[in-house]
Amino acid sequence: MATHELRRPFKRPAISDQQRRREISLQRQAQNRRDAQHQARCLASTILTLQPAQYEPAEPDLQLQSETELIPELEIESQEHRRDLRDIDDVRQASRLKGVEARQWFAKQLMLPEWMIDVPERLNTDWYVFARPAGKRCFVVSSNGTTISRLRNGSMLHRFPSALPSGARTSKSSHSGQSYCILDCIFHEPDQTYYVIDMVCWAGMSLYECTTEFRFFWLNSKLVETGACDAPSSYHKFRFSTVPIYNCDQEGLNAAYTGPVPYVKDGLLFCNKHAHYQSGNTPLILVWKDENCSQYVIDTDSKGQVPNKQQVVLELLFDGKLATSDDPPVIFGCLNEDFIQEV
Amino acid sequence: MGPHYTTIHDEETTWTVQYAIIPRFSQAPLLDNLDPKEKDTMEVTQVLLSAQAIDSTVRKHAEDTLKQFQEQNLPGYLLSLSGELASEEKPVESRKLAGLILKNALDAKEQHRKYELVQRWLSLDVAVKSQIKACLLQTLSSPVPDARSTASQVIAKVAGIELPQKQWPELIGSLLSNIHQVPPHVKQATLETLGYLCEEVVPEVVEQDHVNKILTAVVQGMNANEGNNEVRLSATRALYNALSFAQANFSNDMERDYIMRVVCEATLSPEVKIRQAAFECLVSIGSTYYEKLAPYIQDIFNITSKAVKEDEEPVALQAIEFWSSICDEEIDILEEYGGEFTADSDVPCYYFIKQALPALVPMLLETLLKQEEDQDQDEGAWNLAMAGGTCLGLVARTVGDDIVPLVMPFIEENITKPDWRQREAATYAFGSILEGPSPDKLTPIVNVALNFMLTALTNDPSSHVKDTTAWTLGRIFEFLHGSTVETPIITPANCQQIITVLLQSMKDVPNVAEKACGALYFLAQGYEDLGSSSALTPYFQEIVQSLLNVTHREDAGESRLRTAAYETLNEVVRCSTEETARLVLELVQVIMAELHKTLEAQNLSSDEREKQNELQGLLCGCLQVIIQKLGASDTTKYAFMHYGDQIMNLFIRVFACRSATVHEEAMLAIGAFAYATGPNFAKYMPDFYKYLEMGLQNFEEYQVCAVTVGVVGDICRALEDKILPYCDGIMTQLLKDLSSNQLHRSVKPPIFSSFGDIALAIGENFEKYLMYAMPMLQSAAELSAHTSGADDEMIEYTNLLRNGILEAYSGIFQGFKNSPKTQLLIPYAPHILQFLDSIYMEKDMDDVVMKTAIGVLGDLADTLGSNAGSLIQQSLSSKDFLNECLSSDDHLIKESAEWARLAISRAISV
Repeated sequence: MATHELRRPFKRPAISDQQRRREISLQRQAQNRRDAQHQARCLASTILTLQPAQYEPAEPDLQLQSETELIPELEIESQEHRRDLRDIDDVRQASRLKGVEARQWFAKQLMLPEWMIDVPERLNTDWYVFARPAGKRCFVVSSNGTTISRLRNGSMLHRFPSALPSGARTSKSSHSGQSYCILDCIFHEPDQTYYVIDMVCWAGMSLYECTTEFRFFWLNSKLVETGACDAPSSYHKFRFSTVPIYNCDQEGLNAAYTGPVPYVKDGLLFCNKHAHYQSGNTPLILVWKDENCSQYVIDTDSKGQVPNKQQVVLELLFDGKLATSDDPPVIFGCLNEDFIQEV
Repeated sequence: MGPHYTTIHDEETTWTVQYAIIPRFSQAPLLDNLDPKEKDTMEVTQVLLSAQAIDSTVRKHAEDTLKQFQEQNLPGYLLSLSGELASEEKPVESRKLAGLILKNALDAKEQHRKYELVQRWLSLDVAVKSQIKACLLQTLSSPVPDARSTASQVIAKVAGIELPQKQWPELIGSLLSNIHQVPPHVKQATLETLGYLCEEVVPEVVEQDHVNKILTAVVQGMNANEGNNEVRLSATRALYNALSFAQANFSNDMERDYIMRVVCEATLSPEVKIRQAAFECLVSIGSTYYEKLAPYIQDIFNITSKAVKEDEEPVALQAIEFWSSICDEEIDILEEYGGEFTADSDVPCYYFIKQALPALVPMLLETLLKQEEDQDQDEGAWNLAMAGGTCLGLVARTVGDDIVPLVMPFIEENITKPDWRQREAATYAFGSILEGPSPDKLTPIVNVALNFMLTALTNDPSSHVKDTTAWTLGRIFEFLHGSTVETPIITPANCQQIITVLLQSMKDVPNVAEKACGALYFLAQGYEDLGSSSALTPYFQEIVQSLLNVTHREDAGESRLRTAAYETLNEVVRCSTEETARLVLELVQVIMAELHKTLEAQNLSSDEREKQNELQGLLCGCLQVIIQKLGASDTTKYAFMHYGDQIMNLFIRVFACRSATVHEEAMLAIGAFAYATGPNFAKYMPDFYKYLEMGLQNFEEYQVCAVTVGVVGDICRALEDKILPYCDGIMTQLLKDLSSNQLHRSVKPPIFSSFGDIALAIGENFEKYLMYAMPMLQSAAELSAHTSGADDEMIEYTNLLRNGILEAYSGIFQGFKNSPKTQLLIPYAPHILQFLDSIYMEKDMDDVVMKTAIGVLGDLADTLGSNAGSLIQQSLSSKDFLNECLSSDDHLIKESAEWARLAISRAISV
């Protein structure tokens, strides 16, 4: 049994800087984990309520209530959902979403067009038209000093600083959590520009309940003011741009159809002036494509030549309808049940 | 113990040399043709002697032979070793080595190996074990001291294995019967064995009757009328280990009085080793039985103070240590009081230090004048002055303001004396009392002293004085400067002078420069929370340049100067403000260039490689701090990201220059980098992945493994679902880590947490890991549900484990939310709810676990919804536990509980 060590630390700080570095890292990681979980939870309620009214009743065997109780309740819930969708608090929460939740939320939020298969009534007075830029459709969200773009499936495209309100941490930008934006954009690869085709929220104000007319007016007046349309700089990584929007009179249609634009065109978009912003497919937005205004109207091979036969992939929908895989899908026909059985 | 020439080491002091893989012996085995008896008598002795030969080939050959013998016939091997140890005809060298090898066959430092050895011994044939034990006990009577002493240790190791299994019940009885034998050497060996035995086994496995008899034997052996000094010394040392068995005896006044009297008498023995051992007992009694000391404290003060003044240094140091450990006890107790006396505290404070103060302080001040000439250069130095100053510092922390008037006259008298010893002692006394007394008391004194200190640091001819002065300045900044201090001691008027003096001192001899760096560290720290503007901003560039210059000094390897300079640089960066963000960005390039330089070095000796490795650690540490700093603000983050590719490339190269392990510091830096980079980190994954895997495989350096597990979380949050392609590999490693009993247990809770991180990142794709992860979580949950009988440390670990498990469940539930695969989780719900209920009923979870646990309840309800409605309603957690959390004072618990309530109400109302 040897004598026992009794040396104590002498003229040394009680903790080493290395230990301190470890501890600071652990603290940061714990905080990040808490944030991630907190985000996921906050979204819980929001996601459920923000889903547009496609409410599916739970399966009967899991129901606790009787049928008669169920129906009025469902109606109340749906109304609540509709109100929630416009609820500014929810949208503000959405602007702060992260991770899985953000993907799930944003995947459901874009307003999608239907094909233009006939001419709507009052086209010349009630509709706008513009040449749609070719590229990646996405939502751009600026909040808390950063800007994030998310594709149609909700996945992240870019995370960058921008001149949008709250889009970067710069001395002049406001740090207010209220100030955030959600823009409906198309990212055009060749000139690395976000073309803004609609405005959902601006500087903390929700435009969901506003008409297209107002949203476009607001878009055209506000976007330039911020400097978002300026050339890229270190605190503004991508240029934003508006697109020229026309009334659907002959002159406007002609300008949209043939007029020069700084981007590659992918069809014409028609927007009803009185429509509110609405998630999912809507007949109040229509798309037109032909070979003069879109390069994607027919298939080409790798050399750019049109093959002899055009191929089409049809999808059999649950109700027996056959649809194309276009975006939006075109219903081709309907198979009867006997035929489906045979197949 | 241990002969001069052998590679077989004592298992307790070195790593497992004996078990290193030795290539198979190619020639015919030496022992195979002999019958076992002959092997014992002839060969083993020779092999054991050869194993200590000067010639390494002979030695190696002998070791191989032993190893082979062990592999071929373990019982025979152990029997022949014990026979060798017991045989009086054998040379002492072979007997000692035989004993050492036996001891190594019973115990190892490494837990996993230790467990194997214990199992191996327990499974041996009873007859073999009896024969070995008989040999061991017989050896205690040997006239050869080394043989006896070796046998004592081996007996204790066997006892350590067998007593908890209720085996060898006759051991203590037969040892005690030795005590009454006449030859003193048998008595001595037996007392030594009892001492080792008390060190080896836990008190619970020895019945009280035996404890009483052991203590009686030991205390009698210590008694002044024991004529043999060897017996008395062994008894005193044995008491040191037996003290933890004496709970019952210390509660009995008569028995305690008797033990205390014998210990105090032993401190007066003419034999210095006995006095030292007796003071060691006093130190241990001071901390183990603090609450029983009151009747003896006056006597102990007299004894210790005489020893400090007059006795030889090893004894005097123990005497000072007694008071230091009493300070430790009282600091702990007073901390638990939280400044207020509460009746239900476990141990009351007896204020021994406060009462002894008027005599204790002068005694300690006197020791300060007994410095050694070169103590500042000697890393291992420990002398009277150092121990006395350290104790003075502890006294100041214990009594606070009361110490100041007792020390000030000493300082004033000595600080200007011509003898450096007096000036140094005065400065050291001042530095020692800066922690404890209130700023109100100290600030006026410091305001007067500061200027004097700055002058001394510049002009004092003695580097001892300068060293202590710089250290004292550091203490001033550490305790009296910062946003929480009301009256600032550093003002615009003196700030510049302070910095100038410190930067100048950084050019002084290494030990002084190191202390100056330390002072600057705390100076910077004081400006940490002062917002957007720091008084250091104007000097930032100059400070950084000076610190970089220090790192380049040729003698920066001495007195850990280079490390101190980088640590200070880190703190200066951490505490910098936006005003100097541009300069921090420039520093990135400088540090990267330094790191690049270390990577270009070629053909290094192993010594140089070790230094290079250390330097890379410091540079990666510095980059880590910078990344964290710049990553915290978006403005600086984007500017910093220009260097992203280069930095990542450097880290990868740092990993690549080690063959088997990754560098912990580089790994920590990558975690910070991934967090700052976000989804773009995906592009580095192909190159980085193999090092991530390597880090997760590092069982030996568990810190590296732990850090890497943390980085997995960072990467999950950065990449989100882009981490998916790497998840198979990561999950495989993590699951392996969890199943390993080699991995340090502290890494397991964070591994569970990282399951949660992965699930949250990849959502329902976690499906394929459920069948592996869930059973592991479930069995860990079962283990951690109950803590009955565990000590504080075990309860703390259990809570860490619970938190990890719960974070995993949280992440998995949230990850699967809104997925059609949610129903895959339903089968696990009953067990998880049961786990929550049982930890709630156990009533020993901490706030962190409480918050996580109630959160899991919410996550379960949120994700499973009506599917789990009735299960949730049946659980205790959804009622009592939830209500308790809802009314918690901790807002984090309350917040989680509110959320759980909402989620539950939704789940059960649908």
